[in-house]
Amino acid sequence: MNDEITPDVFAHLVDLAALQLSAQESETLRRQLNNQLKSIREMLAVPLDENTPVASRGVEYTPQNSPALRRDVAHPHPAPARLLQGAPEVAEGYLVVPETPHQDLK
Amino acid sequence: MELFELSALEIARRVRSKQVSARAVLDSHLERIARVDGQAGTLGGDPQAEPQKIHAFITLTADRARAQAEAVDAKIAAGQEPGPLAGVPLTVKDIFTVEGTPSTAASKILANFIAPYTATAVERLEAAGAITLGKVNLDEFTYGSSNESSAFQPAPRNPWDTSRVPGGSSGGSAAAVAAYESPLSLGTDTAGSIRLPAAYCGVVGLKPTYGRVSRYGLIAFGSSLDCPGPLARSVSDAALALQVMAGPDPRDATAATVATPDYLAEMEKDVRGLKIGLSPDYFRITYFDAQSGELVERALPPEIQNAVTDAAQRLALRGAEIVEDIAMPHTQYGIPAYFVISRVEAASNLHRYDGVKYGYRAQSAGDLREMYRKTRGEAFGLQPKLRILMGMYVSAAQYSEQYYNRALKVRSLIRRDFDEAFGRVDALLTPSTPDAAFAIGGVYGDSVLMQYADQLLVTGNHAGVPGMSVPAGFNAAGLPVGIHFFAPDYREEILFRAGYAYEQATAAEAWRAKKPAL
Repeated sequence: MNDEITPDVFAHLVDLAALQLSAQESETLRRQLNNQLKSIREMLAVPLDENTPVASRGVEYTPQNSPALRRDVAHPHPAPARLLQGAPEVAEGYLVVPETPHQDLK
Repeated sequence: MELFELSALEIARRVRSKQVSARAVLDSHLERIARVDGQAGTLGGDPQAEPQKIHAFITLTADRARAQAEAVDAKIAAGQEPGPLAGVPLTVKDIFTVEGTPSTAASKILANFIAPYTATAVERLEAAGAITLGKVNLDEFTYGSSNESSAFQPAPRNPWDTSRVPGGSSGGSAAAVAAYESPLSLGTDTAGSIRLPAAYCGVVGLKPTYGRVSRYGLIAFGSSLDCPGPLARSVSDAALALQVMAGPDPRDATAATVATPDYLAEMEKDVRGLKIGLSPDYFRITYFDAQSGELVERALPPEIQNAVTDAAQRLALRGAEIVEDIAMPHTQYGIPAYFVISRVEAASNLHRYDGVKYGYRAQSAGDLREMYRKTRGEAFGLQPKLRILMGMYVSAAQYSEQYYNRALKVRSLIRRDFDEAFGRVDALLTPSTPDAAFAIGGVYGDSVLMQYADQLLVTGNHAGVPGMSVPAGFNAAGLPVGIHFFAPDYREEILFRAGYAYEQATAAEAWRAKKPAL
């Protein structure tokens, strides 16, 4: 069987995933992905009737076991400076990033 | 008996009654760690370093622990209530945030991340008097069944045979508990990540019902599957820990508003009158063999099958009714469906790591997009990359009906298997794993075969039901073997009744007295 994830499809996925990979890493990952897909295709043998529901999780949430939704109100963090301490680069309370790709409008 | 050998219940009893101080208990455990654990895992560390040691830890927070122990002792001296876990040492899988401490997920991308808040499960355990010794190792972002994928090496080793893996992803937790470095550990289970290492290391591992324990502060993998839960050396210690952790949490909308029973009292009720099912579908595994390209079905090793049938007989002697023909026909599809669902959720959760808000950022002369690519390329290991790419593929518009939506429907069928089973019985008794712990390097590199180690456990994550692995002796190679119970939603007390009854029924067995030779 041909690989379902071809080098072209793989390159597209890598671009979407924002990953920079070496050639060797790419080869390993593409092989593993295609092996996993062979396992996944085992699932295609399961007979499903059109009424089989999708389950976003196993346990059912009902009014009896669900917490009330929080009010949609923003609360200021007590110490935002502490949160920023973990950022790679900050200036004057803002996150600093490299130049955003852009196109100058005429 | 030394203090580090005591159960959590006994430590709390002695500390609360002033027979021993929390500080003395802590010192005993820190000495034990110094003796058996060896060097902690570090970024880029040598995987082969100190091969006779356990290497459970990434970060040992001894000073923080001393302050906590002294606070417990001060409370007791002042006549205040110190909590049900007073002075009980705890290790925490490094996938939970603990304020002011490194919270790495065993990944280079979070290696420098100091958490600004504490996970609810940790907060509740500490509020009950537990003393956190530190953060223990895991597979990177929990993605694995062996701990070999951790970016922090050396990775944990199995205390019963240090040439073998402890299982994963909560391998540091299971190894620490089995090696008497802590009586309790907090782990997470997305496809068996508490129960599999528990079985491999000969300890108790509990995955509660999805939503029984808050996920706030748990660095997410598969958000519809992840469950925090305890690892311990006895069922009663696991019950004690869950008692403290369980319950609703306004910071997690999936933490269910379901009352928490008195687990320790329920546990004592034994199994008389319980109907316990056996399913032939859990006595074989079906897996995809990457070498041959074929689906392979095989029966489980006789010693694992025998452990389950022996347990059934012992429970029957205590008054349980054993029902042997429970059909669970979709068990074999648990891993294929998991390959899809967990990858889609992981890909979504991993998008937040971009080198902007926290964690690692690559040195880059380029623009923002190049920085993203370099950061994620350099700092994610192979397993996160695999999950991101697969998640994006199977959820793409042109494939989602074939893969993602189908997997969600297969999950419905797995759930239906459990609903129908629990219409007939109160609990299911199954093997925990298809085999005992494998050799380090024996499976790593084959991401398909590695995943199939979870085949008998992942169905519980799909269905959301609780499950618990309990030690059941050793195989001919001297490696631990586990048995496992499933129960209906929010009925963890049934797991404790069955597990505790089995402990009582095997209390006189010689294997119960064995300890790892460290």
